[in-house]
Amino acid sequence: MERVIQGRALVAGEAEGEALVTDQPLSFWGGYDQRTGEIIDRRHPLSGQIAAGRVLALPASRGSSTTTAVLLEAVKLGKAPAAIVTSAVDHFFSLASIVADEMYRKPIPIIALAPEDFTTLRTGQRLRIRRDGALIVLTGCVL
Amino acid sequence: MNLKMSANDRAQLAGERGPAAQMAMRIIVRMAEICGADSLMDITGAHIDSALFQGEATLEFAERLAGLGAKVVVPTTLNVSGVDERGWREWATPPEWAEKARRQMVAYQSMGAAPTWTCAPYQTEWKPKFGQQIAWGESNAICFANSVIGARTERYPDLMDICAAITGRVPAVGLHLTENRAGQILMRLADVPRRAQEDDEFYPVLGHLIGRIAQDRIPVIEGLVVAPAEDQLKALCAATASSGAVALIHLVGVTPEAPTREAAFQNRSPERIVEVTMESLREARRELTTAEGEKLDLVVLGSPHFSLAEFKKLAPMLEGKRRHDNVQFLITSSRLMTELADKAGYIEPLEQFGGKLTVDTCILTTPMLHPEIKTLMTNSAKYAYYSPGLLNAQVVFGKLDDCVRSAVAGRVVRDESLWRE
Repeated sequence: MERVIQGRALVAGEAEGEALVTDQPLSFWGGYDQRTGEIIDRRHPLSGQIAAGRVLALPASRGSSTTTAVLLEAVKLGKAPAAIVTSAVDHFFSLASIVADEMYRKPIPIIALAPEDFTTLRTGQRLRIRRDGALIVLTGCVL
Repeated sequence: MNLKMSANDRAQLAGERGPAAQMAMRIIVRMAEICGADSLMDITGAHIDSALFQGEATLEFAERLAGLGAKVVVPTTLNVSGVDERGWREWATPPEWAEKARRQMVAYQSMGAAPTWTCAPYQTEWKPKFGQQIAWGESNAICFANSVIGARTERYPDLMDICAAITGRVPAVGLHLTENRAGQILMRLADVPRRAQEDDEFYPVLGHLIGRIAQDRIPVIEGLVVAPAEDQLKALCAATASSGAVALIHLVGVTPEAPTREAAFQNRSPERIVEVTMESLREARRELTTAEGEKLDLVVLGSPHFSLAEFKKLAPMLEGKRRHDNVQFLITSSRLMTELADKAGYIEPLEQFGGKLTVDTCILTTPMLHPEIKTLMTNSAKYAYYSPGLLNAQVVFGKLDDCVRSAVAGRVVRDESLWRE
């Protein structure tokens, strides 16, 4: 059985991966290691988790305006999340993905969900993202 | 597509101003659609954070634009770069990093941006004016420009600030528009005495607390009974923009758009009212320190970049003293400020003290520190906030005099009298 959540594709694309979910915003500068995909903000609940290749779900980015540069570097190094799902329209993540498209033709999907949909996401769920911004929760893989 | 575009916008998008402007406009237009903008608007100044070398991709982006002949069309300043162009050899900066970071500096200078290399552009002659529409990067500078000066900028991320400077256009949204500048959260200083409000240490601590509570909302702070100095407001903004995504703070009776609480809220009601107590400030102050014990390797000042007034304040504290052999003492600042400080005679006491200066960059944006530096002390909430993650270091937050005393003693010394219950 699948559950479909309709989001808004801020930057469209297709992806599939395991969800890594937090209710805390994150600055990628000082918070995300572009070489490994590890979350390195030691004050953040996801500290120590690897987000590379996963669907990172977080309310929004926070703080430093260098977040975009870090995400662009992570895309180039193959250590970016497979997709980013937010509960607000996040300009920083969107911009990094747009520039990754301009530079490398490698945008990563950035999907904004309604806050009430966002809160249903759980770490470990298997998520598939469609080009139209739909997010498919593939049950049976839920931890 | 609902975005209204001018003839000039369409010309840029069609490549009539060259391929760099075309690429920049393509990015601006896609962002405008994401933001839900009806139209684009003119800016008359920009501050570029993108010049910071972050790796191969940011360098490629810079050299792609420069190679396509990009030129800025508005007065544009440059934020910190990834290397102290002249002084990096004194530190642990790898030569390969220095070379790439320098190439990135050259690329942005070739676009016509001024080589200010500072995260405090509001303390230079390029300081914007009240009401001026600008596109700034660098979170502390954005917060200062909006809050303290009343200039208008959104939080421009790296890679977009330069697109705005090249096209002269931004999406007409967010903090550019009066209606979006109203306060949202009221934070009332409850039992914070004048003595605390007069202390430099109060401002980064308050800022850290504001950012954590406000997150991405616009806070209005009520209950200040003093007129904070420019560098105190600088410390407040930098702290707030680190712990939260805050781009605008209204300080009632202090900042230009907040002569009264009603004006700050544009006569709307606060979404939420939060009492700021000495207890909540004590907790915020504790959060800024991660190190335990008294061990200390480096005292570092100057995030945002140390100003002339800060050099002036520091110089007499250093006279006749010398740092402990085991503790390094570093100030990060801009070329301009250090030249002015030198002319005023403030650098000599620093050198006699055994202190060092780094310009163009800061400890967070260039790999200059030796790995044996494990514990830092600073009066900057921004350094305190980011050092654990970016430098894998422990940090002690303390006021300026405590930083100096600790450097002399060779161990952490902090005056707790302001914070005692």
